[in-house]
Amino acid sequence: MSRQEQILPHGQVLRYTLRERITHWAAGVTYLYLLGTGLAFWSPWLFWLAVALGGTQVSRTLHPWAGLIFFGSVWYMYVMWAPQMTHTDDDRRWWKALKYYSTNQDDKMPPAGRYNAGQKFLFWGFFWANLLLFLSGIFLWAPQYFAWHSLVAMRISVLVHAAAALFTIGLFMIHLYMGLFAERGAFGSVIRGDVSIAFAKRYHPAWYKEIAGEAASPRK
Amino acid sequence: MSQATLRVQKISGHAGSVPGQDTQREYTVCKLIDTTTCIGCKACEVACMEWNDLPFGETVFDNTYQTMPETRWNYWNLILFNEHERDDGSLMWLMRKNQCMHCGEPGCLAACPADGAIIQYTNGIVDFQQANCIGCGYCITGCPFDIPKMNPKTHRVFKCTLCTDRVSEGLEPACIKSCPTGCLHFGIKDDMKELAESRAKQLRDYSNFPNAGVYDPPGVGGTGVIYVLHDATQPELYGGLPKNPHVPWSVKLWKGPLKWFGNVAMIGGLIGLFVHYLRYGPKAREEEDLATGPRGGRT
Repeated sequence: MSRQEQILPHGQVLRYTLRERITHWAAGVTYLYLLGTGLAFWSPWLFWLAVALGGTQVSRTLHPWAGLIFFGSVWYMYVMWAPQMTHTDDDRRWWKALKYYSTNQDDKMPPAGRYNAGQKFLFWGFFWANLLLFLSGIFLWAPQYFAWHSLVAMRISVLVHAAAALFTIGLFMIHLYMGLFAERGAFGSVIRGDVSIAFAKRYHPAWYKEIAGEAASPRK
Repeated sequence: MSQATLRVQKISGHAGSVPGQDTQREYTVCKLIDTTTCIGCKACEVACMEWNDLPFGETVFDNTYQTMPETRWNYWNLILFNEHERDDGSLMWLMRKNQCMHCGEPGCLAACPADGAIIQYTNGIVDFQQANCIGCGYCITGCPFDIPKMNPKTHRVFKCTLCTDRVSEGLEPACIKSCPTGCLHFGIKDDMKELAESRAKQLRDYSNFPNAGVYDPPGVGGTGVIYVLHDATQPELYGGLPKNPHVPWSVKLWKGPLKWFGNVAMIGGLIGLFVHYLRYGPKAREEEDLATGPRGGRT
């Protein structure tokens, strides 16, 4: 997709392509299921979640399959987005100005590109946790197929799986909060793909400058 | 397995109170295994298979008197065989009947996330309820004796029930019934402890086994199966019986500090985000975005 095509009529800008949105929701829907069934196995007080999600044994059976789809989706995000997620000097300044960001003084923030430093942290956090969850999960799924399987390896896997999942829950809560509540227009962008120019200028000025600048320049 | 007249005092993965807790006079049942009089005849293995109506599997011959390397989901009772050379050069054949130890504080039950899949009766028997088992295998990681085994087809975990169905009707377990040498005893824990201690004393005083003693490890809250060993200082000789078994640290860490930290962090995070929203609200009002023009569907 060229920069020109990202400028849409009625003051809108294309932020996420259809491919990006589908990948996001493949990960999103499976994550919600994994979260529900996972929390059921985490605490007796939430075991009813497994019943509500189709039954306790069904939850145990489907959890790893949903995990595979989630793993694949996040991996595909890595393929699509990794080059855009590199840490820059602006990102360092962004972290230093975090208190302005968290108190809604966005005008005091260094200009963010397509993804700000927080979003990059979310991406890499999910990427690494996803790897740990996949490795420990696939082992716990069917340990007998691994020649090196042992009780010690299983015990460590249970711990790693729970700890990595907790870490993603922290990321997920902030992700949901930003997308649903804090940044009005963000949720629509991952459904329909577009944001208003005001949104782009407010939250991702460097990104908007880039596409608007190129769109204004004559076609080559 | 049959619950019959037994009452339940511990339930795995269970929120809230337990129906049978503190409802019965205190007594726990116990199986006493005197390894010094076991001849390794395997009658108990057969009796276990017979009474519990378990499907047959292939045995593994490895040039010893052991039926197979370890217990299976359909083979709950296995006599482990070890050759041991004593310091004076004499040879001993050590036979240890291996099965679920029915721990006072069962690691399997602590690790199990499924409500009611593992229960402990007030008489101390730890029993798996396969109908409630979800097949995650976490109990396997919680057991310090490597006893629970999963049926690979049905993904349900099985182990010795201490013949719950027989015990609840006032009978002794099938293995006890079958033992020809009288090395197996069954009764109230206190009685079995007394019998075991007197046998150990006999071995120390008259049979040249100065280290003879009783195996009833306190690390797992005592066990519902106790051993008399020729040498209680070296339980490892008997097919790797752990010297000081306890619920694995990983299970304790996971069910203890990690669970607390996780719960506090999750609930604290939700409250924190909610308060943040009340204090600061959205970064920009919807009207500001909408002012720039209507939206349409985009590809």
